[in-house]
Amino acid sequence: MPIAESDVRWVKAPKIGLFEQLYVPAIFQGLETTVRHAAKTLFGNGAITQQYPEVEPKLPPNYRGVHRLNRDEQGRVKCVACYMCSTACPAHCIDIVAAPSPWPDREKYPETFVIDELRCIYCGMCEQACPVDAIELTRLYDLSGLSREEMMFDKEKLLSVFDETVRAGTDPIRTRSGRLGVASELPADTGLTSSSSAQS
Amino acid sequence: MELGFSFWTTLLFIAVIMGVLQGTCAYLILAERKISAWAQDRLGPNRVGPWGLLQPIADGIKFLLKEDIIPSHVDKLFYLLAPCIAVSTSLLAFAVVPFGPTTPPPVLLDYRQNPPQAAWPQTVEEEQAILAADREHANRTNGRTYEDRWKEYNDTTQFVIAPHVSIGIVFNFAVGSLAVYGVLLGGWSSNNKYSMLGGLRSSAQLVSYEIPMGMSVLGVLLVTGSLNLETIIDYQVRHGWNILYQPLAALLFITSIFAECNRLPFDLPEAEQELVGGYHTEYSAMKFALFFLGEYTHMITTSFLVAVMFFGGWQLLPGLDMPGGIGGAILKVIVLAVKMALFIIFFMLIRWTLPRFRFDQLMGLTWKVLLPLALINIVCVMIVKQLNLSEWLLLPLSIGTLFLVAGLALYMPSQRPRAPVHLAGHVASGPPGVVQEETRVV
Repeated sequence: MPIAESDVRWVKAPKIGLFEQLYVPAIFQGLETTVRHAAKTLFGNGAITQQYPEVEPKLPPNYRGVHRLNRDEQGRVKCVACYMCSTACPAHCIDIVAAPSPWPDREKYPETFVIDELRCIYCGMCEQACPVDAIELTRLYDLSGLSREEMMFDKEKLLSVFDETVRAGTDPIRTRSGRLGVASELPADTGLTSSSSAQS
Repeated sequence: MELGFSFWTTLLFIAVIMGVLQGTCAYLILAERKISAWAQDRLGPNRVGPWGLLQPIADGIKFLLKEDIIPSHVDKLFYLLAPCIAVSTSLLAFAVVPFGPTTPPPVLLDYRQNPPQAAWPQTVEEEQAILAADREHANRTNGRTYEDRWKEYNDTTQFVIAPHVSIGIVFNFAVGSLAVYGVLLGGWSSNNKYSMLGGLRSSAQLVSYEIPMGMSVLGVLLVTGSLNLETIIDYQVRHGWNILYQPLAALLFITSIFAECNRLPFDLPEAEQELVGGYHTEYSAMKFALFFLGEYTHMITTSFLVAVMFFGGWQLLPGLDMPGGIGGAILKVIVLAVKMALFIIFFMLIRWTLPRFRFDQLMGLTWKVLLPLALINIVCVMIVKQLNLSEWLLLPLSIGTLFLVAGLALYMPSQRPRAPVHLAGHVASGPPGVVQEETRVV
């Protein structure tokens, strides 16, 4: 769409004077900036570098890392094996085998629940699809393994991720049933940290 | 056998210099990375050893142990030759550069003429006649003969690999410029469009900057009257540094040197953002390291040259007497090395200060600005020398030239109309006639 002539402002290129035309003073002005930054980093502790293994980055609470399977108040797996997450998954990395539930309050429960963490694209759509807030993404990012098999997280492993993160307090249960778009929503009680720390 | 120089000292110097140069190059790469990091508010390599000081060693081991790939599509001979040329010419160019205390080689004066003039005998008879006149003059004045002074010169340790090379600076330029063949051959033989472009840019850059570089030095040579670098230092020790007389020449020389070393803002042959890696895209492992070694050796050589040509060589301050003896020798080596290091740090800081010139801008700068400035500088020096005026007159002339040219450039009509700036999704179509001057901002 063309821009209305009334929205267009015409500006003149600033005239350069003799001082600018010499170039040398301008170069020294630029050098001053460079040296100031270098000196600030060198002597003034102004470096923005995070020394990673020693200093862990502060990630925002809606960071999408390794999955976990939540437990309910009685310590049972919350999942009802409805296959919503595996249906929603664009990478087809969730494999569920359902079985009749041993508990009276639900029909089914997952006999096995395996997520291929190497295939996962960490989009958080499983988290959004889950009707009972059973699957969640945590802030764990330093995921590594020595084999492909090791990276297939089964139900026990995913539950242990829940136990670890809840005990460590890094990832309180953040999804609440009935809300939409939980992965993109920040809990009110956690302060949002700068996104730059998540990137570096 | 009379060699005219001390064979073992020269051999020792070559060995030491080769080792020191390569070690310095390795640590210059660390310095480059550190300074880059600091200028960008980062820390730089700091994991290998304290403050990352062992990083060059790790890099060296990596370069040596990496697989030495020769791609199947390259011209093998020239592909292998290119890094060798790059590194050998850079090392060779260092041969005439003083890196410590030196004395000027004696000049043969023809005492048959009055006043005596420097003589360049063409025949044996002529030489003997001049030498006889020289001996006769020495007897008369109780001075030393030309041969005596040569003996004394050869007995003093000269901190330069090849002392008394009469063509000094010309040799350095000639051999140093050959390094561009390494770049050109590397770019061409890689059989890769990006490398080719890098090589072509390098050759076009060479024809642009070499001329102002040579021209800027001519002014110094006219004043000094010698191409020999030891004599140039000696002249500056006696008369004051050349930067005090010809700051413009120094500025032109330093600018040209940035192009010579392929440093930003003139690093067009290896512009990473445009040409992947430029001429060394297809190179890996030790061959790539050789290119790097050549480049950094070139930087060291040219930094020494700036210090020697314009900043008084091994003299600490203008007009300051330097002590002799071993202590003095060590002090002079340190002074020259510190000057060299300062210039290299300057190179590295400029890298993060100025953006890269576009190709036509580089050509425009060298041909339309540096070359005329250098020519005016030479003319000024010639006038001062011819009319026997005070050399201090060169200082206002030099600075005045810079201001004059800048002032003239202000009133020069723009050669090419500026294209309308495309800012808001479609080409601005302003009123005709003002389009060149105005820019549309939405």
